[in-house]
Amino acid sequence: MAHTPLTLRGLSVEGVNQCVHCGLCLAYCPTFSELGTEMDSPRGRIFMIKALAEGRMSLTDPAVEHLSLCLDCRACETACPSGVPYGRLIEAAKAEIERQRPGGAVRRAFRWLNFGVLLGHPKMLRAAAAGLRLYQASGLQALVRRSGLVSRLPGTLSAWEALLPSLPRAVDRAPLPAHIPAEGERRGRVALLTGCVQSVVFGAHNRATARILAKNGYELVVPQAQGCCGALNAHGGDHARALSMAKETIGVFEAARADAVVVNTSGCGAHMKAYGALLADDPAWAGRARRFAAGVQDISELLAKAPLRGPLRPAPMTVTYHDPCHVVHGQKIRKEPRQLLAQVPGLTLVELPEADWCCGSAGIYNLTQPEMAARLLARKVGHVESTGAQAVVTANPGCILQIQQGLRERGRDVAVLHLVEILEKAYGG
Amino acid sequence: MATLTADRKRALRTELEGMLGRGAVLSDPDELLVYESDGLTLFRALADFVVFPQSAEHVSAVVKLAHREGLPFVARGAGTGLSGGCLPAEGGIVLSLMRMNRVLEVDYDNQLAVVEPGLVNLHLSWKVGPKGYYYAPDPSSQQACTIGGNIANNSGGPHTLKYGVTTNHVLGLEVVMPDGEIVWLGGKTRESQGYDLIGVFVGSEGTFGIATKIVVRILKKPQAVKTVLAVFDEVDQASAAVSEIIARGLVPAAVEMIDQLTIGAVEDAFGCGYPRDAAAALLVELDGLAIGIETQAERIVAACRDSGAREVRTAKDEAERQLLWKGRKSAFGAYGRVSPAYMVMDGVIPRTRLPYVLRRVNEIVDAHGLRVGNVFHAGDGNLHPNILYDPRKPGEEARVVAAGAEIMKVCAEVGGSISGEHGIGLEKADFMPFIFSAADLALMQRLKHAFNPQGLCNPGKVFPTRKSCGEAGAVAYRPHAIEEQGLAQRF
Ligand SMILES: Cc1cc2nc3c(=O)[nH]c(=O)nc-3n(C[C@H](O)[C@H](O)[C@H](O)COP(=O)(O)OP(=O)(O)OC[C@H]3O[C@@H](n4cnc5c(N)ncnc54)[C@H](O)[C@@H]3O)c2cc1C
Ligand code: SF4
Ligand code: SF4
Repeated sequence: MAHTPLTLRGLSVEGVNQCVHCGLCLAYCPTFSELGTEMDSPRGRIFMIKALAEGRMSLTDPAVEHLSLCLDCRACETACPSGVPYGRLIEAAKAEIERQRPGGAVRRAFRWLNFGVLLGHPKMLRAAAAGLRLYQASGLQALVRRSGLVSRLPGTLSAWEALLPSLPRAVDRAPLPAHIPAEGERRGRVALLTGCVQSVVFGAHNRATARILAKNGYELVVPQAQGCCGALNAHGGDHARALSMAKETIGVFEAARADAVVVNTSGCGAHMKAYGALLADDPAWAGRARRFAAGVQDISELLAKAPLRGPLRPAPMTVTYHDPCHVVHGQKIRKEPRQLLAQVPGLTLVELPEADWCCGSAGIYNLTQPEMAARLLARKVGHVESTGAQAVVTANPGCILQIQQGLRERGRDVAVLHLVEILEKAYGG
Repeated sequence: MATLTADRKRALRTELEGMLGRGAVLSDPDELLVYESDGLTLFRALADFVVFPQSAEHVSAVVKLAHREGLPFVARGAGTGLSGGCLPAEGGIVLSLMRMNRVLEVDYDNQLAVVEPGLVNLHLSWKVGPKGYYYAPDPSSQQACTIGGNIANNSGGPHTLKYGVTTNHVLGLEVVMPDGEIVWLGGKTRESQGYDLIGVFVGSEGTFGIATKIVVRILKKPQAVKTVLAVFDEVDQASAAVSEIIARGLVPAAVEMIDQLTIGAVEDAFGCGYPRDAAAALLVELDGLAIGIETQAERIVAACRDSGAREVRTAKDEAERQLLWKGRKSAFGAYGRVSPAYMVMDGVIPRTRLPYVLRRVNEIVDAHGLRVGNVFHAGDGNLHPNILYDPRKPGEEARVVAAGAEIMKVCAEVGGSISGEHGIGLEKADFMPFIFSAADLALMQRLKHAFNPQGLCNPGKVFPTRKSCGEAGAVAYRPHAIEEQGLAQRF
């Protein structure tokens, strides 16, 4: 018998039927572990999404609240034996929420600030970054932090405040050149996604990535016209803009004629690998999207294909590794970063308890759900402390900011580094 | 049961929130809906409230309120049960114990731990693992199910074959009785005086009260472990191998069987290393002292080969062993890859009847136009035929229930039982007369009545409903008026 396919906001949620309600995912879900409420578990959320699509339930306040509290960390996908495509289901649900509940004025403004303008426009983001830098350099930030004013800002604003990274100087924020030649025997030609946020805030990661790739024989192209990949829009329920950003990104990178597209931020990598599914219903783009997606690789994935080219200098220190959700759950990359760290002479790697648990950063989650984010961060920082490591290595800017903030709050002098930073150190950087 | 008026409900909600705090009481219909099922979606029931106590005192206060109001109540752990045990069959209050999940004490010298009921089974082994200990009962759902739920269902697992079921690992229980009184059964020692009330409580499926603290034994991890995978081209050969292993006097820790359909699903899920073209595979594990384990393993290999195994291999390292177990333990969940729903049966049969019963299962399921996957504790003769179906197809659920009843009859006929470990719950209540006489059932009712005289604690479970028990002649135990006045006691 044929069934009417289940959809929300025009997006298929047929995947809900793959959930057999076994509950094997429950204890791996951070929000369920914290709250113990079934509505804040993967099984409960899938149930709600199904009930919404079937019309058994409507988007009442509690439903919106429970679905919005999902981190989209996709730990449930890793745990689920049944292969429920959870990420796609929650994206559809969030798109529906966005349609029915465009949110209050403040939230709209916040969204506009994030998605609409800044992310799509690296130049404006650079300008905003300059503003942040000024704010920090002027000493105003320290004053605001000390004054206790922060706690009186609305919840999301104070979270924003705490997250402001120490910005690099202008020279570090300058864009990378369009082309960087390989050193030694050439292994291939790859294109780098410089990302929207991190090209400004974390220019150093891109610089380190470029350097390591060159050392390992990769010729690097950096398409100068690239914008944002659209991941935050998709996760936030802004499906239309996510589609146009995906198409633009595909176009720009096709023109780079590279063997692979290398990414060093987890959310972008996972999202770009899913372009095939995102654009599957658009005949003009489906094939191109699939081909593009097949070429996307996380930096650790690419580097772990062969032993790192020496010489590597010793980095005598004890580190622990935090798995960013969209690397470990979104892209199923678990061994590679550890393999790479194991190649650095003198470096000791201690396993972090719950290494693959979300730190609460989750895109802009720490700004929209500051309370749960803070609980998860406390849990993460506690585990970091238990390892006694001198540094936390991870592979995503959001996690770095979040964990740095958590450690700072606890007065811990533990560095938080991107994998590429530690590898660059080993290359004498 | 009378339904609550809106006013009454509001008042009760306020009272419950007063006891437990805000955020610990659910009464919104959409939120309650999420609690309508456990791991078996065939049955559904809506509560009036779901509450989240954090201590025995909380549980006691809620139970006293329910008692006062004449409201039914039921404990819920992770909701991985497969017989509808934690469903509020008659409405009322669901007490979710997920916020009582601490390990309160570990006493390594005396090899015991005191835990709260909402602790996830596997988390206890994680906790004591670094010191070389573990908690032996290992239901396949151990990554999610709670020790409280295990107590209620007297859960088993693959290693039950050697280590016994939950009841063999419980020393003491703090229980909130159905009238709200907090009592201790047993304690921290192996033997306690008087009746073995732990033995009575464990397996009572949440109908005798709510466990709020549990003293369990923890065991030293075995010195050595060997895991053997035997691959067969015919299911009958695999069945024969199970009997052969036991007949040769070998005592494996676990003997699990997994059939072709199930192998396909778990291979799709995690690529665990089971050959997809096998008709069936056996996963046999030995553990104990390092000395002699090799010879034992060789004898297992021989028994499998002599029964016709086409391939027998030993997991070469811990990673391979873990992966094989991951496949076995995720099997139920993995059925989602081949079917939108399944109903798992839980029959127990004498091991020697395996080939006959498995054939009958296939015939029955075929006759109803359905499919079945088998993955089970073969060493114990504890079958798990999983009948696959699509709830969206009209009439399929009814066919599943009918096929299930026939399978249970077959188990009863060969001298087995209708439940090995998943409990009777709602699902099998009406099948009790297959194995128990009216007198048996009446006696059990009286035991229940001793603990749960008002019948408010998890009603509607275990015993046949009135309409079906008419045929078996079972009548619910009701105290005589003079018993109620304390003038006489019936024994
Ligand atoms: C994939 C999968 C595999 C499984 N494998 C096995 C297996 O190998 N072996 C096995 O035995 N079972 C197995 N089960 C069944 C199930 O996991 C067990 O019955 C488990 O013990 C249920 O625990 P729970 O915490 O989910 O309890 P729930 O389902 O929430 O409740 C089960 C029963 O326990 C009662 N209860 C819960 N907590 C308490 C308490 N504190 N005091 C009193 N009563 C309480 C409830 O009222 C209910 O009657 C499996 C289930 C799944 C989904
Ligand atoms: S999402 Fe997967 S693991 Fe979770 S209940 Fe559904 S089928 Fe089971
Ligand atoms: S994505 Fe993360 S937070 Fe959301 S349901 Fe899955 S495990 Fe829980």
